[in-house]
Amino acid sequence: MYDLIVVGGGPAGLAAACSAWDSGLRSILIVERDRELGGILNQCIHNGFGLTYFKEELTGPEYAHRFVELLSKTGVEVRTDTMVLEITGDLRIHMTGPETGYRVEEARSVILAMGCRERTRGAIGIPGYRPAGVFTAGAAQRYVNVEGWLPGKRVVILGSGDIGLIMARRMTLEGAKVLACVEVMPYSGGLTRNIVQCLEDYDIPLYLSHTVTDIRGRDRVEQVVVSEVDERRRPIPGTEMVFDCDTLLLSVGLIPENELTQSAGIRIDPRTKGPEVFENMETSLPGVFSCGNVTHVHDLVDFVTQESQRAGAAAAKYVLNGPAAGESIALRNGNGVSYTVPQRVRPENVEKVFNVFFRVNRIFGPSRIVVSAGERELCRFKRDRLAPGEMENITVPVKLLEGVAGEITVSVKEA
Amino acid sequence: MTDVVIIGCGVIGAAAAMELSRYRASVLILERENDVAVGTTKANSAVLHAGYDPKPGTLMARLNVRGNRLAMEYCEALDVPYKRCGSLVLAFSEKEVGTLRELLDRGVKNGVPGLEILTGDEARRREPELADTVLAALWAPTAGIVSPWEMCLAFAETAVKNGAELRLNTEVTGLEKTESGWRVRTNRGDVEARYVVNAAGVESDLVHDMAAHHAFDVKPSRGEYYLLDKAEGNRVGTVVFQCPSERGKGVLVSPTVHGNLIVGPNAEPSAREDISTTAQGLDFVRETAKLSVPGVDFSKSIRNFAGVRANTGHDDFVISVPAPHFVDLAGICSPGLTSAPAIGEYAAELLAGEGLSLEKKEDFVFTRKRIRFQELSPEARAELVAKDPAYGRVICRCETVTEGEIRASFDTPIPPVSVDGVKRRVNAGMGRCQGGFCGPRVVEILSEKLGVAPGEVVKDRAGMKILVNETKGGGENV
Repeated sequence: MYDLIVVGGGPAGLAAACSAWDSGLRSILIVERDRELGGILNQCIHNGFGLTYFKEELTGPEYAHRFVELLSKTGVEVRTDTMVLEITGDLRIHMTGPETGYRVEEARSVILAMGCRERTRGAIGIPGYRPAGVFTAGAAQRYVNVEGWLPGKRVVILGSGDIGLIMARRMTLEGAKVLACVEVMPYSGGLTRNIVQCLEDYDIPLYLSHTVTDIRGRDRVEQVVVSEVDERRRPIPGTEMVFDCDTLLLSVGLIPENELTQSAGIRIDPRTKGPEVFENMETSLPGVFSCGNVTHVHDLVDFVTQESQRAGAAAAKYVLNGPAAGESIALRNGNGVSYTVPQRVRPENVEKVFNVFFRVNRIFGPSRIVVSAGERELCRFKRDRLAPGEMENITVPVKLLEGVAGEITVSVKEA
Repeated sequence: MTDVVIIGCGVIGAAAAMELSRYRASVLILERENDVAVGTTKANSAVLHAGYDPKPGTLMARLNVRGNRLAMEYCEALDVPYKRCGSLVLAFSEKEVGTLRELLDRGVKNGVPGLEILTGDEARRREPELADTVLAALWAPTAGIVSPWEMCLAFAETAVKNGAELRLNTEVTGLEKTESGWRVRTNRGDVEARYVVNAAGVESDLVHDMAAHHAFDVKPSRGEYYLLDKAEGNRVGTVVFQCPSERGKGVLVSPTVHGNLIVGPNAEPSAREDISTTAQGLDFVRETAKLSVPGVDFSKSIRNFAGVRANTGHDDFVISVPAPHFVDLAGICSPGLTSAPAIGEYAAELLAGEGLSLEKKEDFVFTRKRIRFQELSPEARAELVAKDPAYGRVICRCETVTEGEIRASFDTPIPPVSVDGVKRRVNAGMGRCQGGFCGPRVVEILSEKLGVAPGEVVKDRAGMKILVNETKGGGENV
């Protein structure tokens, strides 16, 4: 019986395990399906990681390595090349690996840190042929950065999520020609810095309010057709542009991987597609915590780290001091907000302040973020600009929740 | 000199080959592509029809009903996933209730057991997600679902195990009558055969014309589909049809044996090779399916695909002997998959009629088994991994397919040569991430097993290379 089993050895799992160790747990196991720790950071060889957390600019593998080093100074047990297949409601963890064998371990607490996967062509229903040459951006990134193979030479990228933008630059540096980046929304889904550094610096055109409407070529991609879309995202006939290319990369969103979470009967929030969590990242199943991209998709690993440290400390507290107590208050989407994490806060369980991560559902100019209880405004935060591609983070003093029952709302009001 | 050359190794060619491999006759299957089951066989509704659709008295009626029974029997024996889940045909108007009565009548004449007309409420008790507008439904308990490509593979493997030869990448370019039978011209040399079986699918009219006077045209009809995530797999438990029209059996909503939900097809005239999907076609499928099962959540789609059916405009399959020692198994449109085992049997009968001696082999092998890690109990998994650690490494996360299963597929009578070939054999890449995670690992294993560079590994057909060239410095230095 372990005090804590951490499912996933990417940035979330690593930070959570280190933090649980620092908080006093001594029997911790990390289970990682890949051969090495570090998760998807291992294929993110570009820089820009750690600016917030380490105040320096690291590559993905470097960022992961910092935590692998920290972990090596603890007594946390690690099983790589081992995949968790099931988590039962009574916290029995089924896992399998060539070295590990097939085994079932029991745990007093569990941290879910499985990350996310990419949306595929099938999820967005691009019509046309199904030739070779259509890749998710992350799969292409693995081929280029880990396997050492280039998946194509003339490239169109659908979706302006961060991985797509990063791959636009990466493919260009490897000698491919990136013809266009196409985004169905009227704004990019990626970080502004990536738009500048990965597209503009290489003169790669970004077509907003456009999408791919046909893929041609029976064996290998030969052409993709790009059309403008109307405000309801339907293609406008007559606006077709044809690109001669051999590759289409898709960067059309990430989905938290919660099949294990569901097998344990944990409640999922349809807005985040991750587990509903309390202020300490605890899920609806006591003793099970969740952090990182399995909870909600982040754009900066630095915030994954912070959130995961909270989960690790909370798991330790749960094992050492017993379950968290208190009534909870729900957080609701107000104007302009598409989700919040956490979804519920237990004021009794918060010392001074709690963090709320959220995303907006469109671009806002100068505005204020307002937290309110019914008609009563609890606090406000000023922002010059808010965009769906950039996760927001506010810190709310718990004493403001005194006398509040039921729910609070987070909303955006444009100035 | 080969006794029988079979042209095409879709499910029809494979069924014929398996049937003939029961006998002492030598069998050679010629397949144009690099794998079996890659035409119509891999892209259809995956349904074993009960047999109430075909006109009574037709070959189609007889072969469908017999094929339904044989297919399930064979799938059981050869470890092919199938399920006798039954089907419903829905009626939304009094006129369609009339159609149900006609279908019931036909079914009874065709010898389909257990048919019953249910009221709308009875149908909804069976399938709670059916629309409120359903007035009545025809219940057919013998209908089922199957893995079509695995059925074809199992038939072809059984044929090969019993002595049949399969030549892949071999395209027939002409047929010449000889004294003792036929000279089959191919892109890889001539083959002498006593008998020829035409199982060339959507090109079966072209092969027919090589041997006999023009008699029919294949009018290819393309059907587009949605495949939905397993989260939608329980939306219905039976195959849900709408009333058939002159254009086909209409849009169905059905579970698959792999636990997904399949929705489709439409039916549009197309070119023989046109397996592209279209926005209009997919819109039609979505909207039409919603009439039957309004709750289908299409945001859970994981794949669209299209298949081409070998329609001929006739009410029946084109199965005959149009020239001496030459059998057409042509125009095999729906319910071709269901009928395949019976078509195989019938092909042997027709060949016997042409003089082929059918002397049974005593050592005919009719078993097949493969390890499916996902379906094993924890104890069985532990034992397996202890014995062979490769079964402990999960390569495809979505479908829980292990490295051991992938490696074992290379030791079968018809090993895979492509990423999709691996998918058809062990389900790797079939799940919700569509090979995003396991694709590179499968390429690596194929590269090792085939002894070629990763850049030579193909997605499916020969020529569908996945990678272009090594990056600067190449893969060696990373």
